Amino acid sequence: MADRRIDRVPRGNPALWLPLATVLLLGALVLGVMIGPAGNWGSASWNIIWNVRMPRVVLAGLVGAMLSLAGASYQGVFRNPLVDPYLLGVAAGAGLGATIVFAVGRSSTSGWLIDPLPLAAFLGGSIAVLVTYLVGASFGADRSGVTLVLAGVAVTSLATAIQAFVLQRNNDVIREVYGWILGRLTVASWSDVRLVLPYVIVSSVVLLMHRRHLDVLRVGDDEAAALGTHVPRVRLAVVVAATMGTAAVVSVSGLIGFVGIIVPHFIRLVAGSSYRRLLPLTLLVGAAFLILVDIPGRVLQDPAETPIGVVTAFFGAPFFILLLRTRRTAS
Amino acid sequence: MSSLAFRRLTVRYGKRTAITSFDDLVRPGEWLCLIGPNGAGKSSILRAAAGLVVHSGEIEVDGAPLSIRSARRRAELVAYVPQSPELPADMTGAEYVLLGRTPYIGYFGVETDHDRSMVANVLERLDLADLARRHLGTMSGGERQRLVIARALAQEAPIMLLDEPTSALDIGHQQQALELVDRLRHEHGLTVVSAMHDLTLAGLYADRLTLLHEGHVVSTGSAAHVLRAETLSEFYGVNVMVHHDDDGTVVVVPKRAIS
Repeated sequence: MADRRIDRVPRGNPALWLPLATVLLLGALVLGVMIGPAGNWGSASWNIIWNVRMPRVVLAGLVGAMLSLAGASYQGVFRNPLVDPYLLGVAAGAGLGATIVFAVGRSSTSGWLIDPLPLAAFLGGSIAVLVTYLVGASFGADRSGVTLVLAGVAVTSLATAIQAFVLQRNNDVIREVYGWILGRLTVASWSDVRLVLPYVIVSSVVLLMHRRHLDVLRVGDDEAAALGTHVPRVRLAVVVAATMGTAAVVSVSGLIGFVGIIVPHFIRLVAGSSYRRLLPLTLLVGAAFLILVDIPGRVLQDPAETPIGVVTAFFGAPFFILLLRTRRTAS
Repeated sequence: MSSLAFRRLTVRYGKRTAITSFDDLVRPGEWLCLIGPNGAGKSSILRAAAGLVVHSGEIEVDGAPLSIRSARRRAELVAYVPQSPELPADMTGAEYVLLGRTPYIGYFGVETDHDRSMVANVLERLDLADLARRHLGTMSGGERQRLVIARALAQEAPIMLLDEPTSALDIGHQQQALELVDRLRHEHGLTVVSAMHDLTLAGLYADRLTLLHEGHVVSTGSAAHVLRAETLSEFYGVNVMVHHDDDGTVVVVPKRAIS
């Protein structure tokens, strides 16, 4: 009896959750635009709102949406709730790519038509996931995705080691590199938004179109295959889309951790873990989450800012530990 | 009703050959039960028919080879219930059975009203309507097993493959599950191939038994023909007493070794 009531109220009705998430996102957008060191709504000039706050809020939304959606998709496709873009090596690869650009010299690239920094981060992230995927798939006879996560850990270690080597040789750029790694939306402009928007749209559409397949994959590779799903094809499509989106946003926002774990798990708790519900909700709530998390960073230490990566890690790390704990007691 | 034919089926895992040149014709509506000690190759035959392992030789449904079909088209003909199905704890019964409709949905498609009403119908007929909104994690072993069979039924495939369908159940639920399969077989004209460890149950429900040993068929036929004390002691290395009832029932009882 009690069981049924729980079932009926929050989980059964996706029609209720979608509008709620949309309202949350709109609220976050308004708050993000209103609050800032230059004064609240009314006192801040239109110029500040349009050219400083708006691109920052929109970019935070895109980054949050993409990281959360990619996290949920990786979790589905590898059937491992602890996977996120960071564990698969995207972050480390992107960080390495960015470090190399900083080390070669930002001044020498300033005249370039296209800023090589996001491109290098994108390339580094993609290569890292490709290596992780190839290594994980070639030894990945087991179906749990554990091999893949271990491959991700190995690739991350390797990329981090190379990065440390490059930094040690070029210790004059350490400050810049770490500033980038910690994730700063501070310098966001409309051109950043234009740079990532196409990737985020394409990647999100592909991922959302695979949400039914992710539900089928919940019963494992074998049963999914016996039900007529072409498992390697689905896995490849989802991994490529999620990686492309992640690498694109990481290349402009720097590394912002834990979003891909916190948001999908929060949604699972309130709305259940069916991917058809999870993915669209993750997209909306992830955007709202990062916009909101970005606000205290702007206001707390005004005018010097707390990097957003620090804020997400501050909330994310305890959450992750809690998650590990509840999973252990559950199993 | 459909027939299922194996022609020189060979399955290898690396150097080890799990099944060697297996030939069999399962007649339309027949229930064939594969028996044999662990590692005899029972699961490999079922997994090959479900398209889950690379194999040589051919598997045919109504004379047409399965190998030329896509995974989806194959799943319309063959439903597979693995030994220990993966049961996501917070998936509802209805969501789980709905997965059986996967072969009928296009790559970017979603379930139609027909798929949903079909699932509701299956749950109704199997007396599982109460489980539709409950989560799999809250169900008993017997309830889960019936849902797994319901999912296979929702697949509307004429051939059902069951790998150890009763291994995780107590004796009451074993009987319940096998009775259900038998009822569905007659109602829907299913052709059933199962792998089973319990020889008495295998003899009770299957039309024909095939005894495998190290990838080869050693005996096939009725329970009375296959289940003989000397055969079982040779291939299982056990000491059993086999009791033949007048109605054809064969009971296999283990005996303690007398030292």
